[in-house]
Amino acid sequence: MDAKKIRRYVPRDRNRHPPAYFPAYKTTVARSPRLPLISIRQSLTEVTGPDFSQLQLGPYDNDLILNFRHTGLPIGERIIVYGQVRDQYSKPVPNALVEIWQANAGGRYRHRNDNYLAPLDPNFGGVGRCVTDAQGWYRFRTIRPGPYPWPNGPNDWRPSHIHVSITGPAIATRLITQMYFEGDPLIPQCPIVRSVGCQDAVDSMTARLDMAMSMPMDCLAYRFDITLRGELQTYFES
Amino acid sequence: MTNKLLPETPSQTAGPYVHIGLALAAAGNPTRDLEIGHELAKPGAPGEHIVVTGRILDGTGHLVRDAFLEFWQADAEGRYDPVYDPEKPFNCFGRAATTFDQGEWLIKTVKPGRVAAPDGRLMAPHISVSVFARGINIHLQTRLYFEDEEAANAEDPVLNAIELAARRKTLIARREEGSDGPRYVFDIHLQGPEETVFFDF
Ligand SMILES: [Fe+3]
Repeated sequence: MDAKKIRRYVPRDRNRHPPAYFPAYKTTVARSPRLPLISIRQSLTEVTGPDFSQLQLGPYDNDLILNFRHTGLPIGERIIVYGQVRDQYSKPVPNALVEIWQANAGGRYRHRNDNYLAPLDPNFGGVGRCVTDAQGWYRFRTIRPGPYPWPNGPNDWRPSHIHVSITGPAIATRLITQMYFEGDPLIPQCPIVRSVGCQDAVDSMTARLDMAMSMPMDCLAYRFDITLRGELQTYFES
Repeated sequence: MTNKLLPETPSQTAGPYVHIGLALAAAGNPTRDLEIGHELAKPGAPGEHIVVTGRILDGTGHLVRDAFLEFWQADAEGRYDPVYDPEKPFNCFGRAATTFDQGEWLIKTVKPGRVAAPDGRLMAPHISVSVFARGINIHLQTRLYFEDEEAANAEDPVLNAIELAARRKTLIARREEGSDGPRYVFDIHLQGPEETVFFDF
């Protein structure tokens, strides 16, 4: 008999994730499914996903300080954001595509629909990407984004945050999250943060200041590790 | 090795500005040399070339115009080749955003072949669709099936896992004859009487 190896992922613990319906974040009210998710067995469709090991990225794709430079350097606090992508068994996840987007130092996005008062920075685009190395590490250089107000409650402000997207290795592990900054007093006030119910889970989205990785006289560093669903290898006879 | 699993990092909404990071042209920004886009299949790819398009509606019947979608499918032979390479005529992975004016997304691809389910039976041709948007706290995962695959759909183990048979039709894309080949239309209802089936796996 033939022993065949199949991949399978640890079930998603949806209690760690925000619920679809969270009325304090008003847009969820009309955009949340009301019927239960249908549970299905993981098939090849769910346990496979894009592999980015062959992706040819531009030399500045992970350097937001330089990748939109026109007349000079962007305004704001220069930082390194780095971390490891690993799975629930602490196994590094190589070749995952990590993409980030963010507002500039004033809290304004370079997006046709963002018309916040704060000005665009002619030297800042706010988008970056990289592929994790063999040990699952990723690294960006950027500007610390500013907080910004948003139309939800009468006076809601987003804490400083960077949107982080991780694609690969599987459809089952796909994740988009947001990274917050240690010590930001806006974190506990934000309805989007509070959609995540447990404090320990909120803390896991909060990057820590890492003086050891900072560059003297140049930039500070924040570390943000990301955990994707655990991969199990099981054997079965066919 | 310990049995204690690390918890998965929590999801957060992709927000209204997801385009600046993942669909740069839609944000009105310059694109880079390589962008992952809506063309899974280039003209030379083997298989039946199709266009798939649709809209996303919220619980009040309004169009969701700021959504971002991802697609994952087998090639025409029913194989998943994971390596993403823009030089290849076909990639299993693609991305699209709904337009701000018409609220429509569109991909160009080939009709996928059949892939074996875990129990060895064949699944009907399908495309995995993930939906991200402002107001969606964790992306929604669904599957698109094809109207003209009636026999295969009838024996598909995933469609059959949906207890309420009437809900299965929310996953079936409607076929139309376009000027440049077949066009499949797949509207996603986030909520309401026609709520699309979303999966957990
Ligand atoms: Fe944001």
